[in-house]
Parts: sequence; structure tokens; C-alpha cells
Amino acid sequence: MATGRIVKVAGPLVVAEGLADAKMYEVVRVGKERLVGEVIVLDGDLASIQVYEETAGLGPGDPVEGTGEPLSVELGPGVISSIYDGIQRPLEAIQARWGAYIRRGVEAAALDRTKRWGFTPKVKKGEALSAGDLLGLVQETTLVEHRVMVPPGLSGTIEEIRAGEFTVEQTIGVLKDAQGKRHELKMMQRWPVRRARPYTEKLPSTELLTTGQRIVDTLFSLAKGGTACVPGPFGSGKTVIQHQLAKWADAQVIVFVGCGERGNEMTDVLMEFPELEDPKTGEPLMKRTVLIANTSNMPVAAREASVYTGITIAEYFRDMGYSVALMADSTSRWAEAMREISGRLEEMPGEEGYPAYLGSRTADFYARAGRVICLGTPRREGSLSAIGAVSPPGGDLSEPVTQNTLRLVKVFWGLDANLAYRRHFPAINWLASYSLYNDDLIPYFEKHVGAEWNLLREEFMKLLQIEAELEEIVRLVGVEALSPADRLKLEVARSIREDFLMQSAFDEVDTFSSLSKQLKMMQLIQRFYDLGQRAIEHGVAIQKIIELAVRERIAKAKFIPEHQFEQSFPEIDREIQRAFESLLAGGAHAARVH
Amino acid sequence: MQREYTSISEISGPIMIVEGVGGVTFEELVEIELAGGEIRRGRVLEINRDKAVIQLFEAAQGLNLHQSRVRFLGKVMELGVSEDMLGRVFDGAGRPIDGGPQIIPEKRLPITGEPLNPYSRDYPNEFIQTGISVIDGLNTLVRGQKLPIFSGSGLPHNKLAAQVARQAKVLGTGEEFAVVFGAMGITFEEANFFITDLRKTGALERSVMFVNLADDPVIERITTPRLVLTCAEYLAFERDLHVLVILTDLTNYAEALREVSAARKEIPGRRGYPGYMYTDLSTIYERAGRIKGKKGSITQMPILTMPQDDKTHPIPDLTGYITEGQLFLSRELHRKGIYPPFDVLPCLSRLKDKGIGKGKTREDHAGVLNQLYAAYARGIDVREMAAILGEAALSKSDKLYWRFSDEFERRFIQQGEYEDRTIIQTLTIGWELLSMLPRGELKRVRDEFIEKYLPKQAETVAA
Repeated sequence: MATGRIVKVAGPLVVAEGLADAKMYEVVRVGKERLVGEVIVLDGDLASIQVYEETAGLGPGDPVEGTGEPLSVELGPGVISSIYDGIQRPLEAIQARWGAYIRRGVEAAALDRTKRWGFTPKVKKGEALSAGDLLGLVQETTLVEHRVMVPPGLSGTIEEIRAGEFTVEQTIGVLKDAQGKRHELKMMQRWPVRRARPYTEKLPSTELLTTGQRIVDTLFSLAKGGTACVPGPFGSGKTVIQHQLAKWADAQVIVFVGCGERGNEMTDVLMEFPELEDPKTGEPLMKRTVLIANTSNMPVAAREASVYTGITIAEYFRDMGYSVALMADSTSRWAEAMREISGRLEEMPGEEGYPAYLGSRTADFYARAGRVICLGTPRREGSLSAIGAVSPPGGDLSEPVTQNTLRLVKVFWGLDANLAYRRHFPAINWLASYSLYNDDLIPYFEKHVGAEWNLLREEFMKLLQIEAELEEIVRLVGVEALSPADRLKLEVARSIREDFLMQSAFDEVDTFSSLSKQLKMMQLIQRFYDLGQRAIEHGVAIQKIIELAVRERIAKAKFIPEHQFEQSFPEIDREIQRAFESLLAGGAHAARVH
Repeated sequence: MQREYTSISEISGPIMIVEGVGGVTFEELVEIELAGGEIRRGRVLEINRDKAVIQLFEAAQGLNLHQSRVRFLGKVMELGVSEDMLGRVFDGAGRPIDGGPQIIPEKRLPITGEPLNPYSRDYPNEFIQTGISVIDGLNTLVRGQKLPIFSGSGLPHNKLAAQVARQAKVLGTGEEFAVVFGAMGITFEEANFFITDLRKTGALERSVMFVNLADDPVIERITTPRLVLTCAEYLAFERDLHVLVILTDLTNYAEALREVSAARKEIPGRRGYPGYMYTDLSTIYERAGRIKGKKGSITQMPILTMPQDDKTHPIPDLTGYITEGQLFLSRELHRKGIYPPFDVLPCLSRLKDKGIGKGKTREDHAGVLNQLYAAYARGIDVREMAAILGEAALSKSDKLYWRFSDEFERRFIQQGEYEDRTIIQTLTIGWELLSMLPRGELKRVRDEFIEKYLPKQAETVAA
């Protein structure tokens, strides 16, 4: 291996000489403590290296050793339920050995080398296999069945396959390739993080990723394999939305990347997820979750890598045929890490100091999402949905990270500080946000929830739009100047906002709504609107409609638990009808008197 | 090995370049001896072959290219810590300025600290009662949180911070807070106010103060918060104390950072602040927290003054992205004579949900706070609308919300500088205010709590 010497140290960037044989993106070991670094520029005899650890104490003359390997992650049983740093070092093992603070030069294998996993083979001796083919199964957690596959790039006939308890490094079988070379098969494989894992074919996204968040599922839905971004100023609830999706999205595996954000937020996930139950199986949510935590005060170069580490792990589970959702909080911190390294490299800056390649790197990341036909047999479909939070400085969406992201993703959940100030959460602005999957998902909703869903969604969007226009008028001339029909629209729009779109992440019932509950809630509001319109036509005073006591029941419908609403909602519906019947009777009476 | 050089080739503001050096490492501590024997300190910011770029911690005055001697000490900057620091006052570089003796350190700790493993953190969830309604009731502070005050020049943020330092306690425990106070570039009067106030209330004995005044070297301010936090970490995690860290004013810190960055001719980010300011600030703020298995904790309350009250300015903006919420002060309320003049709507405590509720404060807390927020926000809307349309155009319910917002400011936000309200008192005021509204409007509170806590009409204190 090539060994060089440091000539320059500037923050996370180290320049070394004597590494002429080094490859781009090769991992090198820097200094006597053998800190992990990656070659990012080669210039003659000089190599610029970003170091994934604190560089204090390094100086000219210290050794730099090449490893010949690109930055890679370990993939195999044991990934699920783990918490890793940006370059896949297990934080739990690091704490056990080195205590509460992350020291420099710590080394720990990403996958536990001593743990034995029960492996059940699904192939027989003599079978011809190619890359991606299923070799066998490991029950990794109660929620995830780990499908051990032939690593990409390998094919041949099975010469030997074993069943039993193995560690990730032990041989579970032998594959003989066309040249007659024997390859030992293990449960663990490695993959370079900066390269997308292969698949057979990409498919359009036509299936809903249910999130249980009403504004998301109803108005701005995300498809499995889709991409979304959540930009918003601080305090607008980006992280809470990301956490909610990680908790309730109906993906089989969740990868949560905490990229340059708060330490306590990661702790929150770590403590809360083992307590929370998966709504379908009742198992702890942690059993399907992988956490990558590179908090803001951890080394900046590892923050740049953390997003790639996360998406590579996500792709690996997608390859097994699972639906995977990846949350990156926040991609702005990732971009800033790129900017910092670029600045140290003295590259010519693009907009706002970000490197000119910000756009292409962002595109590479989001392009790794998608719904695919996986490599190998049995034929299976996997999906990887990517949701990135964006933290625009000062909440200004014209900044480069937001703009580059918006060009790539198909769902935009724009967070609004003004909504957050009045504690309207999720603070997704319904007028500014969009989802380009809405049309693709119409058949899905028709088939799985009912055609009414699409109609109601359209109707609700229209009312919210009309409300914005009417609000303008109200601001100029006052609410009294509106016709009763328009005032009803205002009231219904308010009900949509407050009783339907607003959803408390911290209320044990309200935190998740199934699709059928969402539909029923929409129907209640629509019923009120329909009957209200009829009442106005019959001359009922708008004030009387506004003051109907049944509106409180509509407002509190969100707190009715999932197992009760099938029974309660028809009751509320009947109550709405009775309320209007008596209004009409009274109204008709009043009309006769005059 | 100590290596001494007289080969300074350039001094420019806080940056100094020394050539022909060997064996120098990144971040190494440097001592510069002036011709007169005076010692200044700095650290290695960049090392390129035999050329070291050094950032001075102290003023450059009196340095000279040929006579000043530069020594590389082979270690990073450290602070000698001991429990005897409680009750003492130091300057921004850690030297005693209260006339007392030097501290005999029990151990020496590197001032940059190491990142805390997220896996080792314990989640902050213990309610701290500050006795201030807006904080306790609406933006609850918990142990291990970092909650900054976003203020403006001329607003009473120091009074407020002193009140928090005096009154903060965790209910049901006899434990007291130790306060570690770091002042960066504040005036003598402001520093004096803190020292006098803490002395008067007997809190000085459980406080450590690091004071860099407005006329002290600007560059020292980069070190001051790190000394503060190193001392706080020692007291919290090795001496089991619950430490409240007050840092004022982070704006001065960020400006010192910009000065160094400009002197290094780095590509500037927004408004000339360095592109790495987010990361740099996080190495201060993220040092708050709790650690599993340790008794003590660090709670941070940094104060910053927003230039021109602009919250999109990089300093408050980046801070808000790192800290767990923020408390805004409002010039408008201050002018109205309301103390503490909280600009309630944009205030937020991200960790409040884990610190409130049954067993911590009271079961109805979350509902009450959401309802108060929503009602006050609507009242503010009405007020704005009335300013355009006149009162006549308002509906009956609009007028009610308007009155609510006035009462909310007068009774809930406003309180005395020495008034220490319990959380129950705060919630009671909240319910009294909510009783002004029709019951049907209380959508954010569960019915059972309305039954239990809403004052019956007769008992409602007349507004």
C-alpha cells in the first residue's frame, strides 16, 4: 500500500505527498492514530484528503497510509435497530468501549462479529445463481426478515450451502463461477457508498406511501419510491414531520439520517422508537429502523458522508424487495459540509459559496430513490422513498440548496413560520405545497379507499383556495360584507384547516389516522358543508349555522380512537343531519312569521 | 519538547504567520513572549509544510516580527478546573479578576471538548420551574436544554436572565443550580448588574463568572464560551451539579469569529460571516445536555441581540437551527411597559412536550398552552385587522379575541421582576383567561380537562 506524509493541515482537510498511486475516493489512514480519511483531489504528487475525525494534533510529517478501498459500508444481519455515525461506526459499541465522548481514532466494526444468526438456505446444491438471487433467510428482528442475496457482480453454481447458526463472517456456502473459481459466500457484503447499487428496472411510482398524517396523505401524497422535500425556517416543525413519517409511514424499513442536527433529537428517536408500536404488527418501531447520527458538533466531513451511508443501507434493503423510506434531516447541513470542504480546497465557489457541483451531487442523491424490479430471483419489487429536510437560511426559499432540491423532488411540503407561530401543526402551507404524484395515485385511491376520496380532496383544495381569496376581501371590507354563501365557505375552510389538516404529533390518538378514518372525517365536513348550503338556500341565517353545537363534535372527531370511529362517525353524521333538520324547521317557521 | 522560534513573518489583526517551523501540529497551543517578557497565547489554525498560521487569543498590540518569541507547547489549550471556582470571577481568558488567589487546579481539561456520543445522551425531560409564566406555561425549559433569548439592544434580556438564574428550580428536589456565566463583550454596567444581583441574592457562591468586557480584546471572546463550558462540564459531569450556563452576548462572539475569518481571507458566507459558523456555533450549543448514568446536567441559556431586531440575520438564524427553541423579546411590548416583554408567538421550546403533563406539571398543561397560543394568535390577527378596518368592522367574536389578547398580555405575560409564580399559578391564570371565550371555541383542550379546570362563570375574575 502507498504511504505518504502530511504536508498541510487546515481544519478537516489534510494534504499529503507521496500518494501518487492513490485512487480518487480511496480511504486512507491519517497520522499515528490512523484517523479515517478519503482522497478527494489528486494533483501530481499531492493528495487532498477529507478526514472524518477531529484533526487536532496532526502535523506535517505524519504518515498517511492508503487502503486501496473506497469508502464502503458493511451490509448484513445486524444493521437494523443500530445507530451509526456518518461512516457507519456503531455508536453503541463506541460508548461501551470509550465512554460518553467520541474520542479520535476509535474503531469498531459496523456489524457485530461475534453474534450468531440462524440462517435458513433457500437454494440447493447445483443450482445456477446470479447476482441478487436469494440465498437464504435470517430473521433479523421480529419485523424484518433479512434476505441474504448473492452480491452484485457474482454468478455461478452453488457447490455448497449450509444451514445453521453463523456469524456474519463465516462461510454459508460456496459458489463456483464460469471460470471455475470458487467464491465463499458470507452473510455480510460490502458496498462503496458513493455508487448506487444495481437493479433490473426502474418503475413509475403508483402506490401510496401511507403516512397517517392527514395533510400529507390527503392533499400532498407521497408515492412509494418517490422523493419529497420539507423546507422551512427553524421552529416550523421539520424535524417533527420527519419523525412522524419515520414512525408511521407504512414502509418496511426506515433509515433515518440525522445529518448535522441536534444530539438530543437523535436521543429522542433512540428512546422513543423502542417504546412505540407499529400500528400493523404491534411490534416496537425500532425493529425496522436504522439510525445514522452525525450531529452538528461531530466532524464535518463525516456529515458529508452520512447521507451516502444512509442511502446505501436503504438500497440494500430495497434490493431485498422491501419498501424502504429514508429521511435525511437536514440536507442543508450536508450541503454546508460540502461547502466547507470546497472552501478549504480553495475551489471556485458557485452561488453563496456552495461548490458548483452542489446541483449534480443533490441530483445523484435523489436519483437513488425509486421503485424498482430488484436484481435476481425470485422476481420482486422494492422501493426507496427519499424525504429530505431543507433548512433555508432565514426561511428564504430562493437559496441554492432549496432551489436545487425543488428541481429534483416531486413533492414539496413547504413549511410556514406563521402557521407554526399559531401552533397550527403540521405547519405545511396548503397553498404553496404540491405533490406531482397526486394524479398518478388517483387509481390507487379509487381501488383502496374509494372514488370519493379523490372528489373530496379536490373539493377541499378548492375551498382552501377560495378561502384565501375571500380573506383578501375580508381584510379590505370586513366579514359582514360577504354573502351568506361565502361566509359558509369561510367557515367550512376553517373547519378543514383546524379540524382536519391540523394534527397533533403528541396526542396519542391524533398522531396517526388511518386512510379510512381520514375519509370519514372528510365526509363529516363535507356533510356539514352540503347541508349548510341547502340551509342558506332555505333562508336560514348564517350565524345560526356557525353557532351549531354539532360543530364541536366535528372538531373533536380526530380524537376518536381507530377502533371506535367506525361506530362513532355515523352517529356524528346523524347528529349533523338532525341539527340541520331542526334549523330548517325553525328557519321555515321564522320565514312564515315575517 | 518545547520549540521556540523568532521567525514571525506576518502579523495581521488576530492572525500571525511563523515560518521555518518543524513538528508543529494542528490546533496546538502557542505562547508568544514579547520583548518585555509578557506572555500572549494563540493556537495553530493551519499548518502548511514549515509555515504555521496562528490565531491569537489576545490582542496583537506590542507584537513584533523580530523580537517576539513563539513557543509551540505540544498540547491544545486547557483550563485548570476545581470546585473552588464556585464563587469566583475570571476574565475572558480565565485569569481571576476578583482579587482572590489563583485556582489550584484539580485537573486540566482541553477547552474544545469532545463531541458527546448521541447514544450516551440522556433525553432532557425534567421540568425546570423558572417562575416566569411565559417560559413555564408556554415554552417550558427542561434540564439539559439549550434555550436562547433572542433580544435586541436596549431590551431587558439581562434582567430576565438574572431572574431565571435566581428562580430556576426543579420541583420536588432540594437540588440547586450552579450558574456558570460567560460574558462576551458586554459593558461594565451589564457585567456589574449580574455580579451585584447574584451577590445580593446569595447566588454568587454557587456561580462562576467569566467576563470579557467590551473594552477587553475582541479575539479573547472566541475562547471565553469554551472556558465557560469546560468549567460547566466539570461541575456537571464530575461534580454532579445541575449547571445553568448563561452566555451573553453571542452576537459579539460571532463578530469576533468573522474578524478572524476575514483576516484569513476566507470566502465569506452570508453577511461576511464564515461559511463554517453553523458548525462553530454548534460546538458551543451542543455542549448542553445530560449523560446517561451521570447525575449532573448542563442547561444553556445563551443571549444574543439581533442586529436591527432581524431574526433572519445569520447569528439568530443559525442559532435557531441548533438550539432547542428560542425566546423572543418584543420591542413593542417593552415600549408598552410590559415586563418580561416576550414576543410570545415566535417563542418555542422544542423539548417542552417531554417535560410537561401528568406527573411533571399537570395533565391539562399541553391543552392549555395550545389553546392560549391559538387564541392569542387570533387576537393579534384581529388587532391588525382593526388597525386597517376600524373597530366597527369587527364581529362579536373578533372583539372577544381582541380583548383576550390584551388581557393575556396584562395578566399572563406581565409579571414582576421578583415575582416567582408556581406552575399551578401559571396554569390557573391560563384557565381564567380561557374562560373569557365560549366553551365551543376551546377545541385544543380535552373535554375532561375543561370540566375539571375551567372556572365556572361565577368565579371568573372580572377582567
